[in-house]
Amino acid sequence: MMQELLQYLFTGITSGAIYAIIAVGYSMLYNSTELINFAQGEFVMIGGMSLMTFWGVLKIPLPFSILLAVAVTALCGLIFERLAIRTAKKDNHVVLIIITVGASIFLRGAAMILWGKEPHSVAQFTSFPPINIGGAVIVFQSLWIIIGALIIAVALDFFYRRSLTGKAMTACAINMRAARLTGIPAGFMVLLAFVISSSTGAVAGSMIGPITMCSYDMGTVLGLKGFCAAMLGGLGSLWGSLAGGIILGILESLGAGYISSGVKDATAFLALLMILYFRPGGLFGKKDIKRF
Amino acid sequence: MKKSGLLKFILAVAMLSGIPGIAFSEETVKIGAIFAVTGPASFLGDPQKKTIEMLVEEVNAAGGIDGKKLEAVIYDSEGDPTKAVQAMGKLVSKDKAVAVIGPSITQDTLAIVPAAEKAGIPLVSCAAGVAITDPIKKWVFKTAQTDALAATTIFDYMKKNGINSIGVLSVADAFGESGKKQIEVLAPKAGIKIVAAESFGAKDTDMTAQLTRIKSANPQAIVCWGTNPGPAIVAKNVKDLGITIPLFQSHGVASPKFLELAGANADGIILPAGKILVADSLADSDAHKKVVQSYLKAFAAKYQSPTSSFGGYAYDAFKMITLAMKGTGFDQAKIRDNLEKIQGYTGVSGTFNLSPADHNGLGSDAFVMVKIVNGKWELISK
Repeated sequence: MMQELLQYLFTGITSGAIYAIIAVGYSMLYNSTELINFAQGEFVMIGGMSLMTFWGVLKIPLPFSILLAVAVTALCGLIFERLAIRTAKKDNHVVLIIITVGASIFLRGAAMILWGKEPHSVAQFTSFPPINIGGAVIVFQSLWIIIGALIIAVALDFFYRRSLTGKAMTACAINMRAARLTGIPAGFMVLLAFVISSSTGAVAGSMIGPITMCSYDMGTVLGLKGFCAAMLGGLGSLWGSLAGGIILGILESLGAGYISSGVKDATAFLALLMILYFRPGGLFGKKDIKRF
Repeated sequence: MKKSGLLKFILAVAMLSGIPGIAFSEETVKIGAIFAVTGPASFLGDPQKKTIEMLVEEVNAAGGIDGKKLEAVIYDSEGDPTKAVQAMGKLVSKDKAVAVIGPSITQDTLAIVPAAEKAGIPLVSCAAGVAITDPIKKWVFKTAQTDALAATTIFDYMKKNGINSIGVLSVADAFGESGKKQIEVLAPKAGIKIVAAESFGAKDTDMTAQLTRIKSANPQAIVCWGTNPGPAIVAKNVKDLGITIPLFQSHGVASPKFLELAGANADGIILPAGKILVADSLADSDAHKKVVQSYLKAFAAKYQSPTSSFGGYAYDAFKMITLAMKGTGFDQAKIRDNLEKIQGYTGVSGTFNLSPADHNGLGSDAFVMVKIVNGKWELISK
């Protein structure tokens, strides 16, 4: 009984870590631009696919492959911002968010042409056996994901709180015009925000590949779950997103384990609805959706 | 100058996208086909499309059927029932196909059955679901082994090896649901108890929760029923959890892709598969050996890539339709009647003996049990 509970928790932590690391990307962008980028899942996919290409096919050593995968995805983020976001003259958030939905469909199609329709498997980073605690197991790759998510969150937290650039970014999100008047290059800040958030997506994608396998359409579900995790934890809060991801994963796996595997996704979304009903800002976010 | 370039481009696109009637005269007989060439089930549709194209070339090189050349009109359903229905509409009203091969998957097939019945056009499906030919529909046939036959083959093997209780883990889509239904019906008949039944979503990334539930029910074996990539993740999770009871998979993963996805985790998995997977290990006395080997060789020579059981379904469908066409003057009703009379056709999937009561016609020789050993399919005795 105890052993099963432990296993469900570990399973939840495994998938939760995946959602968490994606949720951080959503929150980060929201923090700096007040935009929700629905192509975030596709950046995760590009990261995973690039890693598969560099590491699995071209046999470049893992650390360099990850760097390359992040670079490729960051470049996609940069191009995406320049071509799709910048050119939309209207500073209307709804229009921009719809543009990101379009971009996600476009990126999915491009990936299908480039990498084909088949799923690809990616090897584990390290060949350590799964860790066994009290009869329940957790795969080592999950630990890598959790470590990766923590590093990203700490780095971003530091960036926002300590660095001038980070503060300038927050300023742009609060009031674009006022930020411009104080001499902050607002356009560049938005660009930087997109590059950073697509990079976090790439780190997420390259880390989860060994667990989920990579296919051109992997981003859809992952992006949605990551978005839910961010909402659950509190959009715009880095630590909230991390916690939201883990909570979502655990809820899913407890639902699958104790109720039935059919209600797995329903459990998570039901929890999300309840949270949004009672606390629109998320568990760890501000009381309401306005942050300032 | 620019204009003619554009025109050429449009023509090229038109020809590539399979718009018929541009480069062909009216002297051809059209066989329609609907396959999931792209989309999640592309590993089914892609070899099927290539197989049909190859066979049409072969038949035409040999002078066609009754002096008429054949032409294949192939549409891509993308594994989407709506697109399959649209394609069927085009085949019936625009292309005037005399028979239709496909679709690749059960949900697409069930979606176009009414159209085939209404138009009175022989449809030979390449999908596995029992519901396609049970109950019998006048115009609908299928070449893939039914999941009932696959389940029976698994249970026969289990009985011989003393396995009496199983945990079932199926994917929540048409293939998984159909398989689960067959297992629930056939297991008790074979005296096998189902102690746990779980499902997973087609896009799920981790099935350890379901496997933990199954494990705690203490079955003697696990039966996983799904198509890629889910079963590969199940294989990995089983190894991660240190589950040592045998893992059985369905014929839905009997393709090289599964070996690639599951890697070392596939070791020890037992599944029913068409003979095409283990062609070289078959006894020389086996009538299928020659058919399967010549198909494999021709496909590899033409496309430089291996085919799979799924391509074989299209092969058998095409061969039976061309057999049935002979001497009918390409009348759809006569082709249908001849299809129903086919006896002892030795195909890639097995020996087909069709009758008014059986529109699939495969018997127990259509499956062999194979085990995955070091990334290779190994024939194990029944």
